[in-house]
Amino acid sequence: MTLLLETLKPYLLPLIRVLVVFLGISLIVAYLVYAERKILAHLQVRLGPMRVGPHGLLQPIADGLKLLLKEDIMPAGADKGVFLLAPVISVIAAFTAFSLIPFAPNFYITDVNVGLLFLIGISSLGILGIILGGWASNSHYPLLGALRSTAQLVSYEVALGFALVSALLLAGTLSMVAIVEAQQRQGVWFVFLQPVAFFILFVAAIAETNRNPFDLPEAESELVAGFHTEYSGFRFSLYFLAEYAAMILVSSIAVTLFLGGWLRPFARVRALDFLDFTPVAVLVLAAAWCFRECFRYPATREWRWQRLLLLGLGVGALGISAGLLLPARFLPGGGEGLPAFPALTAIQGVFWFMSKVFLFLFGFIWFRGTFPRYRFDQLMSLGWHFMIPVAIANVIFCSLAIVLSRQMGWGLPATLWLGTAATLLVAALLRREKA
Amino acid sequence: MPENYVPILIFAGLAFLIPVATLWVAKLVRPDPRDVGYRLKPYECGIPPEGDARGRFGVRFYVIAILFVVFDVETIFLFPWAVEYDVLGLFGLIEMLVFLAILIIGYIWLYMKGALDWV
Repeated sequence: MTLLLETLKPYLLPLIRVLVVFLGISLIVAYLVYAERKILAHLQVRLGPMRVGPHGLLQPIADGLKLLLKEDIMPAGADKGVFLLAPVISVIAAFTAFSLIPFAPNFYITDVNVGLLFLIGISSLGILGIILGGWASNSHYPLLGALRSTAQLVSYEVALGFALVSALLLAGTLSMVAIVEAQQRQGVWFVFLQPVAFFILFVAAIAETNRNPFDLPEAESELVAGFHTEYSGFRFSLYFLAEYAAMILVSSIAVTLFLGGWLRPFARVRALDFLDFTPVAVLVLAAAWCFRECFRYPATREWRWQRLLLLGLGVGALGISAGLLLPARFLPGGGEGLPAFPALTAIQGVFWFMSKVFLFLFGFIWFRGTFPRYRFDQLMSLGWHFMIPVAIANVIFCSLAIVLSRQMGWGLPATLWLGTAATLLVAALLRREKA
Repeated sequence: MPENYVPILIFAGLAFLIPVATLWVAKLVRPDPRDVGYRLKPYECGIPPEGDARGRFGVRFYVIAILFVVFDVETIFLFPWAVEYDVLGLFGLIEMLVFLAILIIGYIWLYMKGALDWV
């Protein structure tokens, strides 16, 4: 028994991390669906889910259970094995990629020297799940949806690849941890040096996740539900899970490469160190909001549970913020060699990383509530006639700028902005030719 | 370095096991679909499905697939170049410009041919 424990010991910590990340991502996905429904509802002056639990907070769980209990229909002419396997492939591809995302300097599952390449490779496998699912259904709408989806994904993957190359020029490494460390060392997030590459990555990310305004593969007015029309019950929810996990994934990649990953804003400016207390401030504000809402409810029996819940949430938030502010010297052993507020320092990276990711996710949902859908030929034209040439121009001008700044001794940011200006000129010319 | 890939394998295994386990649980609790009427036929908005779905489809999809292979391999070649760019310097820049020039000439030819237009 002890021998077994000894042999398993090096794998125990990775295993715990894997479990935490997996469950965390699943939970975020479930509540991302809820958040999407709520935000879309409020954008359209509706309330959204309100029935299951307070403010519909238990809706994702109810939806999951409901899908578990639904019958699982397989069309008569379907390719049985492939039909069963395709959604699982999508889930594996979307989730496994998270093992390479550095959430914080002290919290990532693994870091390999070809990290980014490996990540792109794994996440590209998701296309396989889509095309196999659409093909195996042996039905017209799924097949057309899968073909469109694949054409769209591969088209925007090229632009995405060139945008990543532009960032790699500055980072000089493929390891995800080292990319963030490069931004820390250079004291600037790459979005400020490579705005065009960031923009291309952002648009390509929306297209890669089949989101509005590029959600043609699932255009319900044309193709019912696209590649997963024939899927029902829990198999459908696997596709759903994979799609939302992919949203979090592309946001994480964009944050790691361009928005400084786990770094807080102005990470190198010591005068702004008070920003480290943002998590505490957020918690205290949340607690204050809970208490205010609690007293706005009428003090009658029927509102008792709502008021108790709000009160509990407020006290909980205050408790957590007090725990974060626990000074090191109160710890057993006097907290030798620990930072002044150990708990606060420990969550710092994850807090900033997830905040940036949530900002992205909010953007995704906002777009869905705002933009009309593209036509398919417009989508392909945008990808091949505009995004790809601009991305190539960006790589060329930025590599030119880097060499120029080294040969002439000019400052790197200024030279890169010159390169960006040249890229924008190319973009403007391309647009004019189109019009 | 190889031991760094072990957690990825663990994660992939978990990402495979959990959906499969949940599907197995679902199999125990859900009702079985009964073969009534059009229930097991492909969905065509209520119209009886016509013929096999795996017929012919637009040739544009093949063109896009071939273009993707060409352009994506080019980007993959650029990855190591970008990582080593600091070392390669001016030499690397010129090499890359030659490399990309070939790609761009091909791109312009495709543009002229109309291979990039969808309709």
